[in-house]
This record gives sequence, C-alpha cells and structure tokens, in this order.
Amino acid sequence: MENPLIITSSPHLHCGMTTRGVMLDVLIALSPAAAASILLFGWRSAAVVLVCVASCIAAEYLSRIILKRPQTVGDLSAVVTGVLLAFNLPASIPLWQAAIGGVVAIVVAKQMFGGLGQNFVNPALVGRIVLMASFPEDMNRWVTPLQGASGVDTMTSATPLEVVIQGGEMNYSLQELFVGIRPGSLGETCVLALILGGLYLVIRRVISPTIPLVYIGTVFVMTWLLGQNPFIHILSGGLMLGAIFMATDYTTTPINKTGKIVFAVGCGLLTVLIRVFGSLPEGVSFAIVIMNILVPLIERATRPLPFGEKRRLRNER
Amino acid sequence: MDITNIKEWVSLRTKGGVHAPHRKHTADCETVVMPPPERIILAMSQHIGVPCKPVVKVGDYVEVGQVVADSDQPVSAPIHSGVSGKVAAMTELLLPGGLKTAALMIESDGEQRIHESVKPPVVENYDDFIKAVRASGLVGLGGAGFPAHIKLQPRNFDAVDTVIVNAAECEPYITSDYRECMENSWDIVSGVQTLMEFLDTARVIIAVEKNKPAAISELSRIAAEVTRAGHEVIVKPLPARYPQGAEKVLIQACTGRRVPPGKLPSDVGCIVMNVASVAFLSRYLKTGMPLVDKRVTVDGSAISRPKNVRVIIGTPIHEVISFCGGTKFKTRKLLMGGPMMGLALMNDELPVLKQNNAILALSEEDIQLTEPSTCIRCGRCVSACPMNLVPPSIAAAYQNKDTNAMEKLGVMTCMECGCCTYSCPAHRQIVQTMRMGKGDVRKAAAAKAEATSTAKAENQPAKQAVTAGK
Repeated sequence: MENPLIITSSPHLHCGMTTRGVMLDVLIALSPAAAASILLFGWRSAAVVLVCVASCIAAEYLSRIILKRPQTVGDLSAVVTGVLLAFNLPASIPLWQAAIGGVVAIVVAKQMFGGLGQNFVNPALVGRIVLMASFPEDMNRWVTPLQGASGVDTMTSATPLEVVIQGGEMNYSLQELFVGIRPGSLGETCVLALILGGLYLVIRRVISPTIPLVYIGTVFVMTWLLGQNPFIHILSGGLMLGAIFMATDYTTTPINKTGKIVFAVGCGLLTVLIRVFGSLPEGVSFAIVIMNILVPLIERATRPLPFGEKRRLRNER
Repeated sequence: MDITNIKEWVSLRTKGGVHAPHRKHTADCETVVMPPPERIILAMSQHIGVPCKPVVKVGDYVEVGQVVADSDQPVSAPIHSGVSGKVAAMTELLLPGGLKTAALMIESDGEQRIHESVKPPVVENYDDFIKAVRASGLVGLGGAGFPAHIKLQPRNFDAVDTVIVNAAECEPYITSDYRECMENSWDIVSGVQTLMEFLDTARVIIAVEKNKPAAISELSRIAAEVTRAGHEVIVKPLPARYPQGAEKVLIQACTGRRVPPGKLPSDVGCIVMNVASVAFLSRYLKTGMPLVDKRVTVDGSAISRPKNVRVIIGTPIHEVISFCGGTKFKTRKLLMGGPMMGLALMNDELPVLKQNNAILALSEEDIQLTEPSTCIRCGRCVSACPMNLVPPSIAAAYQNKDTNAMEKLGVMTCMECGCCTYSCPAHRQIVQTMRMGKGDVRKAAAAKAEATSTAKAENQPAKQAVTAGK
C-alpha cells in the first residue's frame, strides 16, 4: 500500500510551540534592553553583544562536533546565552575577554554536562563569574552613560549600589535609575527596557511572573527590614536582569510551582545577604548560582502530590 | 453558579489542562441515519473486561437485536446484531492497540427483521434493572466502553449520593454528545429519572462545557420541569478546557471530591455516566432494542462532508467515510476517537466498535511530525497535567528502569490525556513514555506476585514431606 497511514501515539494535536520559538521570544524580549544599552553606552555595547553571541555559537558548534553529538546551534539557545552574558559585562570590556566568557559559558557550564536541558547552573552567570575572577579590573571599569556613539570615557568609581550599601549618598535620582542613566553592566541598567521585555515574556507565556515578582519582592522587603532604601536596591545592580531573565531560565530552576517560589525567596535572601553583609558589591550572580545548585533538593521537597493522594509516601525518589 | 463559601469554590477548581482548539464543525449538523451496510463485523472485544464468545454458528440466520455473543464472566456485556442476515464467517481483527480479537461477520439481507426478544423489559426493582442493563449490551458510550451494569452496582451502594451525567465532550471535533443533548433531551432526562429511582440518589448533575450554550439551556429547561423536592437535577456549566470531561477531573469540578489513586468514583460517592449512555438506557427501557447502533462524529480536514452519523455497530469505517462524501484530501492519519486520546488506525477496514464515538481523517495540514528534541525542563507539562504529575521525573525513572520510583511518582494515576505532549515545546512523546512506564510497573508487579506465590507453593511440599515422615 503506497503512502500508508501514519501511526503515532496519542495525542495527535500539538500547541505549535518549539524550543526555537521559545528562544526567539526571549531574544525579542531582550531587544529593548539591547537598544537601551546602545543608547546609553554607545556602539561598543553592540560590539560586545556580537562578540559574545559569535563566540557562544562557535563554541557550541565546535563542541558538538568534538563530542560527536547532533548539532544544536539551530535552537538559538547559544544566542540567548551570548546576549545574556554580554548584558552582564561592562561595555568597555576588551572584546577578547568577552569571547573567553562565551566559550567558558557554553563549553564548561553547558556542553560538558550534555547540552541544552542538562546544565545545572546558569551558563551566562558562570561566564560572568569566571571573568570577574580572572579580569577584576576590566570587569569593574564602567562606561559613563550617555556620552554618545563614541563614548570612551570610563570610570572606576563605585556604582550606585556600592555607594548605597556603604551608607553613602548617591547622586542618581530614582528616575535616572529606572531609565538606566548610571554606570553598570551594559544590559542591567535600563530597568524600563527589562520590564518591557519581561511583560512580553509573560504575555507570550514563556515565563510565569512568579519568580521575578517573588525574587524582587523578597529583596524589597529584606532591604527595607535592614534599614536600607528598598527602591534603590531593586533598581540598582543586576537584580532586574537577574530576576526576569536569569532566575527564570528553565533548565536551572525548579519545575514545579511551589519549588519556584522557594527558589525565588532563596535568591532574594542570598542577594541581600551578599549585598549588605558580604564583601562583594553585587549578590545576584552568586545568589542565583547557589540556588541553582540547590534546585534538585528543592524539586524533591516540593514535588506535588498526584491527584487524590493525601499524604506523602516515604522513601520517595 | 452559586458559591456559598471560598473553601467550596477552591475545592471545585481543577488544575491543569490545555486550551485545545474546539473545531466543533459538526455541532449544527443534524444526525443523519446511515442505511445498513452489506455486512457488519462484530468484534468479540468491544468493551473493558472479558471478551465475549459467539453464541451463534456460521450459517445461522440472525435478526436485529438478537444476542450473537455473550460471556459468563461478570465484567462483560453481550453483543447484538444490528442487521438481519446470515452469519457468514468467524474472522480475526487486529485492533488499533495491537490486540487481536475474534469477530463475527454477518451478511445483511437488507430486510432488517427484528428479533422476537426485542421488547420492553419488565423492570420492577433494582435487580430487574441491573439485569435489563446487562441484557441491553450497554457499555460506556463516551469511549471507555466499561460495562454499564457493573458500574451501576457499586460496592458501597448506600454511600453513592450523586450521579454525574457527562455531557462535557471536551475533545476537539467530537459533537456526538452535543447532538444527543439537542435531539434527544427528553431521553436524557427520563434516563436521569430512572437512575435516580433505582440508584436511590438525591442528586444528579448534568455537566456541560460552556462552549455549548444551546445544550445548556435546552437541558436546563427540561431539568427544571422534573426537579422536585429530594430529587435534584442540576445542569452545571463548566469551563471549556480539555480534559474537563475526564472522570476524575469532572467529579472534582462538580462536587469538589477527589478520587484517590487506584480508587473508583463510587469510593467518593459518585457514579459518572456518559450522556449518550443515559439516553440509550431510557430508550432501551421503552423499546427493548439493545445496543446495535450509535452516533459517530465524522470529521477531520480530509473528510468531504463532515457530519454526525447514526451507524450500525460493525459497519466498516471506510463505508462510513464514503457515506460522508469520501475524502477530499489524502488521509494521512485516521483516528478512532478524538485527536487528544484517540487511536491511530492502520487502515480503514476496521468496523465501528461500541467504544468508537468519532472517526477523524486528518490530511497533511494537520500532521505534525516534528522530531523530539531534548527536554528543556520548561515545566509546561507539569502545569498542564490534570493529575498533578511531574512527567520529566517519571521519564527519568523510566530511563533508569526504576519501577518503584515511577509508581511513587504516580505513573499509574496518569490518564494518558495528552495535555503534556500537547504543550511540550521539545515535541517529546511523553504519553508514550508514560504508557511504557505503566507497562513496566505492571510487569514488575506481576513478576513480584508470581514470585510470592511460587515461594508460598514451595513452602507447602516441605511441610508435607515433614508430616509424611520422610
């Protein structure tokens, strides 16, 4: 019989989403912040983003060949990692360092564990942390915002967050913080653009608003309890970027609803502890990475009960 | 919708599910009766439970409504002929699940002579009622095919206080239950009254999805006429979200009660029956004609003239499709049932079975053959699962062949509704994995049971040897 009937398991309908489609939605959500970074820090931002993306794609392409695995660059996850990594770097970073960050993020944090869906920490954050440890001076040189296209003036003074934590008076208004007119990593400063991107992701049902809201809310409440200005805290540093785009990464965050809330609260607590009591100015990267490591435990502890089950069975796996 | 308190409102809210496209193209198609085919093929296994054995021989002359196959086991239901004619042969059928079953082929003589046993049954008490239900050959017409007379004899008879009539029809395309509501609403309500009487329940809830407003108002109108003190018939509109009509989900949405894993609806005091089954019961008690035909929705992008058809059980599917104008595009997938839980058929020669309430012929545009890719742990399957399961964990346990873990994660509670696979961006075949996992769990349980019984048997001869003084 020519062209026999196709037989597959049920269901025979699909919602139409693909992994590539999800990644594309994330890239669209990141574009307002990318545009803002060019407006604020000049064309150098675009160069950093391009270099990061290119090195991530190349790293993934080559590592899949070396590991003899099917090629996965088409699912655009390497592009997303590249953009997120770039957003965590200052616009003045030497491009070769940015490239190294991309390679570390993809090869060490992702491909060595099996690729998409198998990593246990956020690759972009690993890239950033490795660069921070390897090139601390370059990673702390912030471009003065709004210098125009040829902005080359950089400053090594403290970011608003550092000033506030040390108890000083910072001279940026809340509006300036909201729009991003402050020194900082190229993608983290424009809160407005990040929130727009976040709303897009929520409307497209790519992320649920739970983690960002709980994370930011925890930071707000904790900093207020500790006597600091909560508004400055949530508008400064990498919190918006981290809460909306990094703490919602599928692979490295809990899969069930209760787990997500526990994860977000943990991220919030650690962020504030590191910011206020730790010797580092920014706690978001480390907070998220530490919570990433705890995700398997969180998932086990917050596993939902199957329908109708009344009590938790012992010795569950 | 009256909510008396927050707690009750919360208990009625069901989780999970997906918004599958409705595609109810045939909703306004009045049911067309298909003339008897030249021959019908009656499978011996058209229900959950023990297959029947034929009670007629090749060469016998049978008439409409005559019992042609039966079983002496409890979980079974007799099979009747829908045509009059000669029993031509005993054949074998390959069912879509891969099981083989014997089948009777009956050649119609075109006369549709009715057998003398077809007369309204005398039903004076509960036992008569159960005997009549069994004799009618009724099995769940919603697609599950569970023998109705067993369902209507719950162990805890006195604890059953609610009968739920399932008119939700949450699967895309299928409109046969909707047409039952629009064309035979009096049969439904009279069937409901019969159930209330013999099951001694005070409350009947007719559950309908909100995308069927005409059915809701029609049923509400009649229900209001028969409701009286102590015998409530309520029509409950439910959100149109797949799988609203799934038994456990439906019971929770109507009563707030959750059926524990491994238990039956009667364990929470409910009996759920499909609306077409209820209507059939009422017609059977009035006319005595057993289950020989049923309404089937024929739809799909390949069908020329989709419609609802009343077909005689045993009619080959390709004849039903021809009756609907044949196919206008090449059929790439032929489904028995809805697109979410239906079975893909190997060919169109299979006859219409009692459990078949839809025939869907899908053309190229509806086929999605994307290669599965790696799980990205997005959690959509977890949000979509109406049974609160975590499919990636079960899949991991399946890979590790860990049947204990799969059981504890609730794989046996999976009802294979397909919500997980529908939502998966990586196009993973999650339902298939669940089915394989369930198979492994059952095999492990069977192996364990056999091991314990062998161990017991081995202990016996030892005792006998001792007492014999060996």
